Amino acid sequence: MQILTVTELTTYLRELIDSDEIARDIWVEGEVSNFNRHSSGHCYFTLKEGDAQLGAACWRSFVARIGTMPANGAAILAHGRVAFYEGRGQLQLIVDDIRPAGIGLLQAQFERLKARLEAEGLFDQSRKRTLPALPRRIGVATSPTSAALQDILHILGRRYPLAEVIIAPCKVQGAGAADSVVEALYLLYEADVDVIIVARGGGSAEDLWTFNEESVARAVFASPVPLVSGVGHETDTTMIDYVADLRAPTPSAAAELVTPDRAELTEVLDYLRERLDLAIATRLTTTKNDVDVVRRRLELRSPMARIGRDRQFLDETLRRAEVRLSHRMSLEHARLDGMRARLTALSPHAILMRGYAVVRQLDGRVVTQPEQAASGEALIVTMRGGDLPVRVE
Amino acid sequence: MMTEVSAGARYEALYARIQEIVARLETGDLPLEESLALYEEGVAVASACQQLLDEAALRVQRLQGGLLIEE
Repeated sequence: MQILTVTELTTYLRELIDSDEIARDIWVEGEVSNFNRHSSGHCYFTLKEGDAQLGAACWRSFVARIGTMPANGAAILAHGRVAFYEGRGQLQLIVDDIRPAGIGLLQAQFERLKARLEAEGLFDQSRKRTLPALPRRIGVATSPTSAALQDILHILGRRYPLAEVIIAPCKVQGAGAADSVVEALYLLYEADVDVIIVARGGGSAEDLWTFNEESVARAVFASPVPLVSGVGHETDTTMIDYVADLRAPTPSAAAELVTPDRAELTEVLDYLRERLDLAIATRLTTTKNDVDVVRRRLELRSPMARIGRDRQFLDETLRRAEVRLSHRMSLEHARLDGMRARLTALSPHAILMRGYAVVRQLDGRVVTQPEQAASGEALIVTMRGGDLPVRVE
Repeated sequence: MMTEVSAGARYEALYARIQEIVARLETGDLPLEESLALYEEGVAVASACQQLLDEAALRVQRLQGGLLIEE
């Protein structure tokens, strides 16, 4: 068994409490009593619930941020860390944020506000606007240091890097967060953006409570451009989800909803290029057909066609002339052959062969009358065997 | 105020132009020379669109004290 001094024990307990994960960051539900605002500006009170109670302290700087402090008897949800106060040997809750009541009360408030805003028409489907197909300037209201912002920027850069992003940094939880979000939204309304994302990563219902605040819901309603809410996880629903033009389940999903996908745009471009090719090919085919038609018509009317036709006529005429001529020549040949036969039959030679003789003068004239020949004239007698020169007595 | 034309605005203009070109070419009743000129332009515009998509880098600015600060 160890014996410790009081200091050693209280130091041990302080270190034990300080190192505890749960005690370091905790929401505590309870009723306020013994509320005391010290002249230093720090506030002290007791949180009670049933028979249990816990001392609480809220330092001046947090009091300023929280604004209105709860009155005695108020049911609150206090956020902070548990600390061991060695000077008095007591445990204390060091409070840095205060919300009204517990989740049940919060839920009741939420339902009341929701019914009221719905009755006012803040959720009307008829006023939901469609998002721009190709956003030029995308406004993002979120915490500048959050993972949600990094996710959003990554997705926007991957899907549609042609856009510009305007970040409106704001506080997304804790005291003053609602005012900060409202201010960021109104800055974006002046920033010439054409779509807005309001985002916050996942967290507890209390963490997301800012986006259930009436002031934030009304600021979202006032957006002059389509607004997408991307708060928490799929299962979380906040007031601005009802008011926004479109509700995204997460910040990343919001980034996807507001942008076209570069890959899809490329596909559309490819499709347009195919249509271009097809259109010009069709146009060229039409032109070629037109040219063919015109050429055929031209050819029918051209001098070449006339010459061709004339040449054909000439050829035909010539051919017919040749046929007629050769026919005529055959006839002539036949006639000549006939005459030659008749000539042969009439030939004096054939008569000589039969023993007759022909008497001719020296100049070749045939002597057919005796008085043709003078006395002593030389004549030639031709007979079968040859010529016989004679003299007239 | 910004004076230069953003990549997004240029893409939109080019995209609108190529849609117009395709629609006009598809009517098929343009003179051949005009069709060919439109086709050439369409191919060039499509390439320009593609280049913008391929080469763009997301521009990020932050609103701070009423001013836009480049990230």
